[in-house]
Amino acid sequence: MANQSGNRANFISPKIDKMMLGLADAFAFVKRFFIEVWIPPYEFKEVIRQCYKIGYNSLPLISLTGFIVGIVFTNQSRPSLSEFGATSWLPALISIAIVRAMGPLVTALIAAGKVGSSIGAEIGSMKVTEQIDAMEVSATNPFKFLVVTRVLATTFMIPILVMYTDFVALMGAFLSVTSIENVSFTTYFVQVFDSISFLDIFSSILKSLVFGFTIGIVGCYKGYNSSKGTEGVGKAANASVVLAMFLIFIEELLALQIVNFIRLS
Amino acid sequence: MREKVVEVRNLKKSFGDLDVLMGVDLDLYKGENVVVLGKSGTGKSVLIKIMVGLLTQDEGTMQVLGKEVSKLSPRDLNALRLQIGFSFQASALYDSMTVRENLEFPLVRNIKGLSRKEIDKQVEETLDAVGLLQTINQMPSELSGGQRKRIGIARTLILKPEIMLYDEPTAGLDPITCSDINNLINEVRENYNTSSIIITHDLTCAKDTGDRVAVLLDGQFGAEGKFEEVFQMPEDQRVKSFYDYNFIT
Repeated sequence: MANQSGNRANFISPKIDKMMLGLADAFAFVKRFFIEVWIPPYEFKEVIRQCYKIGYNSLPLISLTGFIVGIVFTNQSRPSLSEFGATSWLPALISIAIVRAMGPLVTALIAAGKVGSSIGAEIGSMKVTEQIDAMEVSATNPFKFLVVTRVLATTFMIPILVMYTDFVALMGAFLSVTSIENVSFTTYFVQVFDSISFLDIFSSILKSLVFGFTIGIVGCYKGYNSSKGTEGVGKAANASVVLAMFLIFIEELLALQIVNFIRLS
Repeated sequence: MREKVVEVRNLKKSFGDLDVLMGVDLDLYKGENVVVLGKSGTGKSVLIKIMVGLLTQDEGTMQVLGKEVSKLSPRDLNALRLQIGFSFQASALYDSMTVRENLEFPLVRNIKGLSRKEIDKQVEETLDAVGLLQTINQMPSELSGGQRKRIGIARTLILKPEIMLYDEPTAGLDPITCSDINNLINEVRENYNTSSIIITHDLTCAKDTGDRVAVLLDGQFGAEGKFEEVFQMPEDQRVKSFYDYNFIT
């Protein structure tokens, strides 16, 4: 709402107005992504480069974390199961926990920290140093080149990283299981795959796609809208991680409700 | 009669309550170098950002090569941008790319069907024109401030623009490098047949490069003409104090 002198008057209160405008701005950003992603020219080379950067460079951290999660989860679950004499259910319990929840969640949270902050800082610093303006005046669409490519790369790569994390975590769990119980590699994996359904795998991949999209779009949005100065770049990186993690938890909760509903019906 | 390449009339631009440009008129003729002088925050950079469509004016007209910039479609605006070279104050080199990749970027994206050999030839020729062929494989972080400015200019020259816009080309540089940049601006005009607008608050740069200077004061041009005409007997006290401050302090 503008008055005659061109100044904006508050609609509800300054804070709520600011929040609403921020939300509208974020929705416009997401909408622009869905429009620009279909319009040529397509930046295949840059998408591949970003996929490599996001996927390959995250492997060491993801491997280590996935492996440790597998071992720790097994060791923590064993005492409870052994009280009921049910340690033979360990592979089934582990596989359900890792494939349904822990694999996607752990991978997404690590990626939000590593990839999301890096995207936010990179685009933020490009904004501050006028590199985005330079791209625009050289007749290149910076949104398409910087945002669309990164969001596509995170959306494609996070599900792949999730599957990899699941595998590494299951391997870690196998080492932990086999160190105490006398279970062969084949028996362990037969039990693992017996206990998960197509719905588990499908929902895991689907929500990983959503997590990947969230990490990419939040990092790009925060970077693209960072205020001037180096402080703004730091804030963009930090906000990318915090907001992405918050949204990932909300999405996980929603996904859980949806999958449970499908399972029951 | 000389051909006008830029025609600005009654241009106004505000940011919130802050009026930056308050009715600016400016002409740039083919082959001419015009220097826009003014203190920091007077809207000099805003003026040239409107010229390339990075900002839009609130009122007035901005005609570049006969086209009203604010009325162009995105496609036409991009076509116009290819005829304008914009050298940024902080060079704005893509810091994740080498010097070669920085120069290739606008070239390969805007001129289709170039062979690898042709791309290399154009990149090397342009770098040679700014005297920095030896930096071709370096990263921007390995370059000095003056070198970054030159590479920034080379990146715009690779598309052979008709108009060059320089935003504070000598800001933050030592006097010798400033003089080199001033010479480069003049060489670019001669070798590439460009018309230029040079935004600066450096009077030496204005004197060395400008055919005409225009002093932006409080959102409007306070004085305009040849350097000597503007600063020898300035009528406006603000123009006089601008000159005194530059040469006395």
